[in-house]
Amino acid sequence: MITKNAPRFTLADWLPKLVMAPTVVVTLVCMYGYMIWTGVLSLTNSRMLPSYDFVGLSQYERLFNNDRWLVALANLGLFGGLFIGICLCLGVILAIFLDQKIRNEGAIRTIYLYPMAISFIVTGTAWKWLLNPTNGLEKMMIDLGFEQFTFDWLVNPDKVVYCLVIAAVWQASGFIMALFLAGLRGVDGDLIKAAQLDGAGTFTTYRRIVLPSLKPVFFSALVILAHIAIKSFDLVAALTNGGPGYSSDLPANFMYAHTFTRSQIGLGSASAIVMLGCVLAILIPYLYSELRGQRHD
Amino acid sequence: MTNVSLSTRPQKSMVATSLRIALYTVLLSVAALYLLPFAIMLITSLKDVEEIRTGTLLSLPSTLDFSAWGKAWSSACTGSTCDGIAPFFTNSFQIVVPAVIISTVLGALNGYVLSMWKFRGSEIFFAALLIGCFIPFQVILLPMARTLGWLGIANTTSGLVFVHVVYGIAFTTLFFRNFYQAIPSELVKAARLDGAGFFTIFRRIILPLSTPIIVVTIIWQFTQIWNDFLFGVAFSGFDTQPVTVALNNLVNTSFGGKEYNVDMAAAIMAALPTLIVYVLAGKYFVRGLTAGAVKG
Repeated sequence: MITKNAPRFTLADWLPKLVMAPTVVVTLVCMYGYMIWTGVLSLTNSRMLPSYDFVGLSQYERLFNNDRWLVALANLGLFGGLFIGICLCLGVILAIFLDQKIRNEGAIRTIYLYPMAISFIVTGTAWKWLLNPTNGLEKMMIDLGFEQFTFDWLVNPDKVVYCLVIAAVWQASGFIMALFLAGLRGVDGDLIKAAQLDGAGTFTTYRRIVLPSLKPVFFSALVILAHIAIKSFDLVAALTNGGPGYSSDLPANFMYAHTFTRSQIGLGSASAIVMLGCVLAILIPYLYSELRGQRHD
Repeated sequence: MTNVSLSTRPQKSMVATSLRIALYTVLLSVAALYLLPFAIMLITSLKDVEEIRTGTLLSLPSTLDFSAWGKAWSSACTGSTCDGIAPFFTNSFQIVVPAVIISTVLGALNGYVLSMWKFRGSEIFFAALLIGCFIPFQVILLPMARTLGWLGIANTTSGLVFVHVVYGIAFTTLFFRNFYQAIPSELVKAARLDGAGFFTIFRRIILPLSTPIIVVTIIWQFTQIWNDFLFGVAFSGFDTQPVTVALNNLVNTSFGGKEYNVDMAAAIMAALPTLIVYVLAGKYFVRGLTAGAVKG
């Protein structure tokens, strides 16, 4: 099939590197270079335009004295915690339920997963309508006879973050279910049979054998969900726009507002670097354990 | 947790049957809950404003009124213009099609090099690229905005194509590299001994095996780029906005009363391209998600 082509053979030495070159350049410049650039800007007093008057860590000091940032961080903690926790629980339970030789499993799985194909902007728009206090869920419940029913979370500064959680769980939980389902299919069947021959009940089998063997899936799901939570920007933009006031801001929205609309590039850059720090704090232990795991194989 | 199928004792069959019914009830109720928001969007988009005001979320429209769809498509206001979301739909396609093609081609070539033509430092570079999949894009937004300005492609669809290619390569490379890693390297070694060159081997041996991973990558990239909002809002100009940005503007632009039916029609239209891809090729969609998620 393949014709002899002697001169090509010598090209083979540099051709692969040449092919990779654009990607290498782009990665080094547009990922790592820009990361450093943003880091440098976070040490300057840049406002509307980048300037290079270095002011040490004072932008970070301002950041952590900024009430809006502290609210955004607290929101991320609450939103992230609930979002991750609920998605993991729902995901593993639904996956176990769906793994019981269910008829039409494919169709049900398709339904659970479809929100993942949709943009967070669409999700936000839909839930903004569903949760709006005048015509949405509240009115429906009142018309159904629950006259005292109130549901004003979307306009209540103390509750608005839960609206973000509801929409985000709706979007991502099916995907986590799919991850766990794939994990369940990979559990060693002989191990389960052996446990049952030993007289272990269904519940015990799951608790002692199946769930522990899902640990790697669990960690991957955790990292993915944390990553989604930290990057969450579009959902807030569409569902609450950070409001009421700035009560539902997340760090990504803070960063965008300060860098692009409030002419506080230095402060915005500092917030971006803190976000990067959050991601790395999760990513590095994960990659470390992954790599260690591979070495054991 | 009821693994009924594992229970074999006959006296338990009554219990087993009722557990089975409970299981199906739970699974189907949850399915209904997942479907409900979309169903309500659809119902709402087919009502007129008066019916939305008087009825509830679930009350069905008395007549099927498609006027909200027409308005969302061609005359709803998105910020300062009132041409509906149609022009932005075109923008999204102008961004998505070239960005998907370029990033997939580059990803395939990179994956081929990183699995079959490893060189000194290539593994370290791959690790560096992998970390790039995870960085929050907030750390690159401002420098990228400056760069696009210097390159003279700020606020253009070409600028957005460039950005999506740059930050899509990490994923596409990962997909192809992991896929090609499973191809026996003897195949390539034998071809090299026969004197076949880099591109010949790629075209004759590797590419014919690549169909599944090409489909996965295209679907992944299409979904990611179509659904993007951050880059769209940060780097697009007024008339080059992608549909997600236009939808958000449409929903937040209100002259007089809020027209939820138009909002919902526009939202469904913005979601339709990726939903259609998902329904037609769900298998590949899921494979992309899990491949992107669980790193090899």
